[in-house]
Amino acid sequence: MGLFGKVTLASILQRVFGKKHAKIGIYGPPNVGKTTLANRILRDWTGDIMGSVSEIPHETRRAKWKKNVKVENGGSSLFMDIVDTPGVATKVDYKDFMNTWGLTKDEAKQRAKEATEGVIESIKWLEDIDGVLLVMDSTQDPFTQVNVTILGNLEARNLPVLIAANKIDMEESSPATLKSAFPQHPVIPISALTGYNSDTLYTTMVSHFSKKRKKKRR
Amino acid sequence: MAKKENEISFNLVSRHKLDELTSSEKLRFILKEVKKGKILVLEHGLTPFEQTNLIENTMKEIEQDTFIGVEMEGLGQDRPSFFQKLFGYSRKPRVTLIGPANLLKTIRKDNDMIQTKIIPGRGAK
Ligand SMILES: Nc1nc2c(ncn2[C@@H]2O[C@H](COP(=O)(O)OP(=O)(O)O)[C@@H](O)[C@H]2O)c(=O)[nH]1
Ligand SMILES: [Mg+2]
Repeated sequence: MGLFGKVTLASILQRVFGKKHAKIGIYGPPNVGKTTLANRILRDWTGDIMGSVSEIPHETRRAKWKKNVKVENGGSSLFMDIVDTPGVATKVDYKDFMNTWGLTKDEAKQRAKEATEGVIESIKWLEDIDGVLLVMDSTQDPFTQVNVTILGNLEARNLPVLIAANKIDMEESSPATLKSAFPQHPVIPISALTGYNSDTLYTTMVSHFSKKRKKKRR
Repeated sequence: MAKKENEISFNLVSRHKLDELTSSEKLRFILKEVKKGKILVLEHGLTPFEQTNLIENTMKEIEQDTFIGVEMEGLGQDRPSFFQKLFGYSRKPRVTLIGPANLLKTIRKDNDMIQTKIIPGRGAK
């Protein structure tokens, strides 16, 4: 970028009018639909996809990103670097991959080892982003330690969070539970699988992540 | 692998003891106890940054056949007051239950109650 990189017209405009560019991390526990959502965002706005999706947890074990995804909302737009992160967990048991998903012992151990490294990578990326799209499975309890920890961390840093209450195409989903659990953040019910309500999600992403905020560092 | 006993130790750790330790000492203490198979109740919960560090350290310490990670649940602060909301606050847990994931299992959690089960026969020596 060089010496003059910081004084571009864009950066001046950004200082005056709020953000035009933001690095957004897609976070959440394993298997909530982060990559499905990342793929949908990319397909809708770039024609590309992010990565592979699987019903087996910890499919994404390295962070992947796509730079400069332009998302529009009527007259305004926001360029986002979208980072799809590995699922965050407090435990990884290779036996689950064997017993529930039929992987061989070697495959299961390898997947578990990479999954633990993926969690560490996700946590490291928290230092480097401007906002988070926190994906939750709206068929499950919202107050998991992973959700609480990620939210607490972002609140302490004063970073904007948008909660995507995913999988609302499923009968047992309860997006209202998520809304009342986290009244301090916008909660958008979506189905990353069917695309239901993605327009509202995009509109909210542009407005919420464009806001100027003072970033707190640790 | 060490022989496991039927009795499970359950330790209540005072706010005083926790406050005496630095963040990294606290995390080291917790992980050491939990790896021994103990369940801890911390009178004073961890900050959000301590929580993420604990998850990170846990991932580094996982040993596939003996230590699969932790189960951790905290009861949050009371609902924020108007002023706390206005000036931004982070919800620091008041009390936190933490134990080895092969032993302690969260069944349900909401703002008012944490329901857990202890899987018998896997206690600490
Ligand atoms: N019913 C339903 N399933 C979904 C939805 N989003 C993702 N899934 C499924 O959930 C599983 C995990 O998805 P994935 O994107 O790999 O989750 P990740 O681990 O959070 O990245 C896959 O089987 C997806 O097809 C959704 O909106 N509705
Ligand atoms: Mg994924």
